[in-house]
Amino acid sequence: MRRNLGVATLAAIPLAVIGVFFLYPVGGMVARGFWPDGSLDVHGVLEVLGRSRVHRVLWFTVWTAGTATLLAVGAGLPVAFVLHRLRFGGSAAVRTLMVLPFVLPTVVVGVAFGQLLRPTGPLGGLGLEGTPAAIIAGLVFFNIGVVVRTVGAFWEGIDRRTEEAAATLGASPFRVFRTVTLPALVPAVVSSASVVFLFCATSFGVVLTLGGLRYSNIETEIYLLTTQELDLQAAAALSILQLVMITVLLVLSHRTRRTPAIAQAVRRARRPGFRDTGLLLWTAVVTAFLLVPLVTLALASLRDGGRWSLSNYRALQTTGTDNALLVTATSGLLRSLEIAIQAASFALVLGSVVAWLVSRRPAAGWRRRLSAGFDGVFMLPLGVSAVTLGFGFLITLDHPPVDLRTSSLLIPIAQAMVALPLVVRTVAPVLSAVDPRLREAAASLGAGPVRVLLAVDLPHAWRGLLAATGFAFAVSLGEFGATSFLARDDSPTLPVVIFQLLSHPGPANFGMAMAASVVLAAATGTVMLLVDRLRVGSVGAF
Amino acid sequence: MRTRFTGIVAVLLGSIVVLAGCGSSASSTAGSKTIVIATHDSWAMSKSVMAAFTKQTGITVKIEQHGDAGELTNKLVLTKGNPIADGVFGIDNTFATRAVDAGILADYTPWSEPASVSRFNLAQGSSQLTPIDYGDVCVNVDNTWFAKKKLSPPKTFEDLTAPAYKGLTVTPAATTSSTGLAFLAGTIGRFGNGWKAYWTKLTANGLKIDPGWTEAYEGDFTAGGGQGTYPIVVSYSSSPPYTVPKAGGAPTTSALLDTCFRQVEYAGVLKGASNPGGVEKFIDFMQGRQFQAALPENMYVYPVDTTVALPPDWARWAPVSPHPYAVSAADITANRNAWLRDWRDLTSR
Repeated sequence: MRRNLGVATLAAIPLAVIGVFFLYPVGGMVARGFWPDGSLDVHGVLEVLGRSRVHRVLWFTVWTAGTATLLAVGAGLPVAFVLHRLRFGGSAAVRTLMVLPFVLPTVVVGVAFGQLLRPTGPLGGLGLEGTPAAIIAGLVFFNIGVVVRTVGAFWEGIDRRTEEAAATLGASPFRVFRTVTLPALVPAVVSSASVVFLFCATSFGVVLTLGGLRYSNIETEIYLLTTQELDLQAAAALSILQLVMITVLLVLSHRTRRTPAIAQAVRRARRPGFRDTGLLLWTAVVTAFLLVPLVTLALASLRDGGRWSLSNYRALQTTGTDNALLVTATSGLLRSLEIAIQAASFALVLGSVVAWLVSRRPAAGWRRRLSAGFDGVFMLPLGVSAVTLGFGFLITLDHPPVDLRTSSLLIPIAQAMVALPLVVRTVAPVLSAVDPRLREAAASLGAGPVRVLLAVDLPHAWRGLLAATGFAFAVSLGEFGATSFLARDDSPTLPVVIFQLLSHPGPANFGMAMAASVVLAAATGTVMLLVDRLRVGSVGAF
Repeated sequence: MRTRFTGIVAVLLGSIVVLAGCGSSASSTAGSKTIVIATHDSWAMSKSVMAAFTKQTGITVKIEQHGDAGELTNKLVLTKGNPIADGVFGIDNTFATRAVDAGILADYTPWSEPASVSRFNLAQGSSQLTPIDYGDVCVNVDNTWFAKKKLSPPKTFEDLTAPAYKGLTVTPAATTSSTGLAFLAGTIGRFGNGWKAYWTKLTANGLKIDPGWTEAYEGDFTAGGGQGTYPIVVSYSSSPPYTVPKAGGAPTTSALLDTCFRQVEYAGVLKGASNPGGVEKFIDFMQGRQFQAALPENMYVYPVDTTVALPPDWARWAPVSPHPYAVSAADITANRNAWLRDWRDLTSR
């Protein structure tokens, strides 16, 4: 009984936070659509759902996000194996590269992809410019790192003895993978696939920039309806659709998620052998796919009026040509780092609590369903429009005790909401993989709950926590959507600075934006590398 | 073992402390010596001009940027009664009537306005919105590209649908860019009800549509930052001076003055502002000579006080259109959503 009370108290904290900073603002925005003139008008909202345009938008969202998810998972799985189970020179660098796209502002990637795909560009012959294929390529580019990292961290912890036993009994490597490894990986694969699907379904910049405006998904439609047409009824209807979609997805992914394999002592990754050639080649292909737009970007940052030069980088200490910026680009970087530390800490603390709670896995019955529901609530920020959240902040958090509209904490909080599901999804599978018998053994030896947490859960979750920290930090560094819909004061983050530079004419500002993007990518890369280093150092200690 | 666990706990605790620490840095200053101005992302003004205002009046201006003119206006409409700022700058003639109809603005007209201002006033709501600057959205062409191809550049809206210019034009979308919306409004001003037929032809002639001005001009325009492949772009009459070669001489691009739509930007005091008096002083200052003279080089727009001298490059290479196409602000507000829906259906395949 006392234990239940303790769990409930612990659960109340993250619930309160997400209630105030997510459910309340989004609910407020949706309510404006349902009560347009103070009186409830459900009919008006339902009428929107009958529009043929809405059907087209919904279908486009589902099929592009679905295809991109399948591709990202299919392309990412072999890479996760190569980067997390094999040991070779430069694997840490490639691991870092995988996450870089994830944090780049979409407008920058849009320009880089655009230069590649336009008719005279290096890939112009493919005729992809402005097609759904370009949108899907962009989505895969952004999300492949999520699959590699989430699945990879889990893969490292899988007990290899079962695989070895199967191999000893004569199973081919493919058979071992199909019958032993893959089933064990299912929780992590389903986790990452659901996250990627939601990212794709709510992607905004990619669809606008690479689709040449001819295609709309639910997210871009909500943006247009809210910021341009002020048609809050239609926006509310689409927000409800988003909520339905994410709920269906969460229920499905919960059903398929089986009891995960039990983690055992982690052994060092092995050297690649001849039989890994195919996988290594595939990793090289994926690496090239990610590198090409990044290199295009880096080259553009080094061009100044037809010559090679570092002048764009020197310009970062200025406010750009014709005062394009309110502050220098370097102070934007410092501001970004400061916000990222706040947002990542917030997301990590909150996300760990949630992950620990959802990994308790009650045996059955109402408690299990409650746990699943609890888990689902914290996934909601992934599937709900940043526009709705941003505008919701403005209209709901506007009176004491939570008048946060002008607070400098608003942006870190909003970014933490965006990063929270990733933290939960990275840490929870690792914690679920802890053998409950270990906890029981510790408890029966007289360890209190806190001692069990420190002696059993933490050593196992250590890697997951670090991966999650890196992720949350990276998400915060590159976050643009929610940040840009909140009030922007005179100390903008680096992605906002890049956007502002790109919106001012002049090749110097364009070059400076490219240089700032490279700096942003480098800053994120450094953080991810450090996280990797830390982890490698502690592997042997487990 | 123990030391490692202690380390982990220390990291977790440390992160909580960091969080708690930043709570204290949150501050909102709304004294009578500070005003908050909500504006769009294109705001830019040199520090010395803003410092001059503070020196004259003792008032510090805090600028907060809220997306484009549409997003800015809609945010202010949604926060009516409990405004996010004291004043607003940057509502343009395509969104003015929405702001006036929603009743978010207080009455204010500067005591003494420059004589040239009156022709920029709104038909309705001129007591609430004060004109500050204007700009012409016009089709721009890359003359270097056309000279190289030995092709004469287009001159009018109709020319853009000619086979000779197939696949050469890029524009920001009317739905996501105020520049794109101004271009659409220009064609509506030119063709009236025939605008849909025009856009059908334009789209069929290989028109490329980008989400924003940035992607179109810097990404796809041949004379922009990104070495694009489209020599015709929808931009501003003030864009050509920025293509003057480093060595000097004439710009490599020019604006087609027969394809222009005039955007006027306004400032106003928000109802419920905590410091309306300060905003009124700032609006007076924005119509003053120092701020007006700084507008071209900071925000690429022309001062509404036409007696203020333009920068030499502008005076020479950036003339405004002598006869821009016009659609009344009330017409735009009444029809915007219908136009944009029709436009989306016409341009999506």
